[in-house]
Amino acid sequence: MFKQKCDDFLVYDEATDSYSMPADQQVRDTVEKNKWKDTLFTILKDWRLYIMLVPMIVVYVLWRYMPMYELLGCFKNPSIADSVSDQYWVGLRYFYDIMFGDAEYSVEFWLAFRNTFVTAFYGLLFGFPVPIILALFFNEVRSNVARNIMQVCVYLPKFLSTVIVTTLALVLFKGSSSGDYGVVSKLLVWFGVDETLAKAGLVYTTQYYRGLYVVLDLWEHAGYDSIVFFAAVIAISPTSYEAAQIDGAGKMQQMRYVVIPSILSTVVIMLIMKIGSLLSVGYEKIYLLMGSNTIALEDGSYYTTSNYEAANTVSTWANQLSDYSDYRQAYGKAAEMLNNLIGMILVIGSNAIAKRATDVSLY
Amino acid sequence: MKRKMETSELIFKIVAYFFLIVFSLMCIYPLIYALSSAFSSQTAVESGQVVLWPVGLDGTAFLSVLQDNTFWIAYANTLFVTFFGTVWSLFYSILGAYALSKKRLLGRRGWNFFLVFTMWFSAGIIPQYLNYMDTAAIFSNIGINDMKWTVVIAMGMNAQNIILLRNAFEGVPSEIEEAARIDGATEMQVLSKVYIPMSNSTIATVALFFGISRWNGYFWSMKVMGSQKYSWPVQVYIRDFITNSTQLTNGCDDETYQVYLQTHDYSPLSVLYSMVVCAVIPILCIYPFISKYFAKGVNMGGVKE
Repeated sequence: MFKQKCDDFLVYDEATDSYSMPADQQVRDTVEKNKWKDTLFTILKDWRLYIMLVPMIVVYVLWRYMPMYELLGCFKNPSIADSVSDQYWVGLRYFYDIMFGDAEYSVEFWLAFRNTFVTAFYGLLFGFPVPIILALFFNEVRSNVARNIMQVCVYLPKFLSTVIVTTLALVLFKGSSSGDYGVVSKLLVWFGVDETLAKAGLVYTTQYYRGLYVVLDLWEHAGYDSIVFFAAVIAISPTSYEAAQIDGAGKMQQMRYVVIPSILSTVVIMLIMKIGSLLSVGYEKIYLLMGSNTIALEDGSYYTTSNYEAANTVSTWANQLSDYSDYRQAYGKAAEMLNNLIGMILVIGSNAIAKRATDVSLY
Repeated sequence: MKRKMETSELIFKIVAYFFLIVFSLMCIYPLIYALSSAFSSQTAVESGQVVLWPVGLDGTAFLSVLQDNTFWIAYANTLFVTFFGTVWSLFYSILGAYALSKKRLLGRRGWNFFLVFTMWFSAGIIPQYLNYMDTAAIFSNIGINDMKWTVVIAMGMNAQNIILLRNAFEGVPSEIEEAARIDGATEMQVLSKVYIPMSNSTIATVALFFGISRWNGYFWSMKVMGSQKYSWPVQVYIRDFITNSTQLTNGCDDETYQVYLQTHDYSPLSVLYSMVVCAVIPILCIYPFISKYFAKGVNMGGVKE
């Protein structure tokens, strides 16, 4: 056994009947050879494990990575052939076109690009603090039954589909020539919203679309997003409150010196995560809410509104271009490439900051 | 000893209760409104009299939905996609997560990156659309013409769920696995007899995540199925009903709409509300049982590598 091992590595000298070390290169080669053998051996030993990995890999390659290859069509001329591999490279031409070149499409692109950022920014501005406030308020409710009932209510919208959510929004804010517009619109008119716009359908007006989108987003997600913060708040030990009370801290001071420092790390992590997913605004909801409306006014004229200018984002714009098979398809791909690259930079950047700041890596 | 409440605390409590009650009511009001409108009479719905309770109780619209075969075909399609989609997603996710959780897997970091990269960078709508259309063409070449299968097999991937499963599998003590191996368990037996039973709450959570997203899925079904009307899931069906009767949300009183109102004794809005109620009921029924799993899933979401 030992002799066999030695034969692998050492050089046998017959004259002296002894072993000696081979030259350096030979050792390295032998070790290298054995490393490959070892690798092959571990793979063969665990072949079942690798077979288990195969379905997942296949699914992800076919329907996640193949589209990424398809996205490379933004550098290629699509009018020559259907498949991306047969098209020839045109470099950054389509990027130049949608940004500066094509008069018609560059305007639409910049509108969509700006709207993506504005929608995402509003989502962050309102969608981030409200769940924290909800969690702090839930902590004030001492009765478990009452709190559970309220929590069940606020988590519920998260589980409704986008179609149901937008349908409810469209009918609650629906327009009508005759004054029978949506129930919530009536409430808003009572608060001073222009009645003509309410009759046209508030969702379809450029002025109110963004506000309604933010409210709808809060309605859908705020309750569910508060779970994480609520878990952080109830994890605070009651002794911390007692200590603060003994030191004479009032309610607001307890809030300031006990609660907020305790949940700060959760808040920072969630904020970074939120920034990371900033640009992946839900295109499904925007697609379903986008539209226009025409109503007959009392004096017999027609009034048309459209929320297109406020609503259209890069994804929905690309969706409008998806049925073409010429340069417009490449425009859409180029826009999505830009959007998704910026999104990826945000994710990686925010994750790096999180790692440095809190020692917690999200991925 | 009862502590005397300070003024600031009292104000804070009042604000908190007020805000919470208003927000809770806001969250359930649209559903109550839909339910009430579904069971209100045509005139009440058309003239906007329904605010909270049904006005002029009338079940004909709901009954017409119950008797509408195409709606129930769509409903069956949704059940089909939800069931098979969840099973298929769970199948490759559990196998893959199990392999990824093993330290002895070669290139483990690489495979993890392979998965996580899809969370960082998505191809976008146009490339995915082209890809799904190619997939559908290939499926049709091998004899599967029903787009439902394309939806089931090619959609609904979620790397986050696989990572949740992987973390749960990593949390299972390795001693138990070793004991099973000494007893002669194969890889598959270790997975099915040790790992799956020991992380069944995570698997239930992930199954619910998959199931809910399948039940609610709309956009890609709509894009891919197009005019294959009898493959539509219920979400696409409802949306199609809205776009086909634009008067519902527009309020532009044209003649066809008046004709519709005269020939039916219920408003199309009531039909819409009835369909919404039918589509939401399954979620509402299982919701009390699943909400605790979801709360748990969020707290497990702290992803690390």
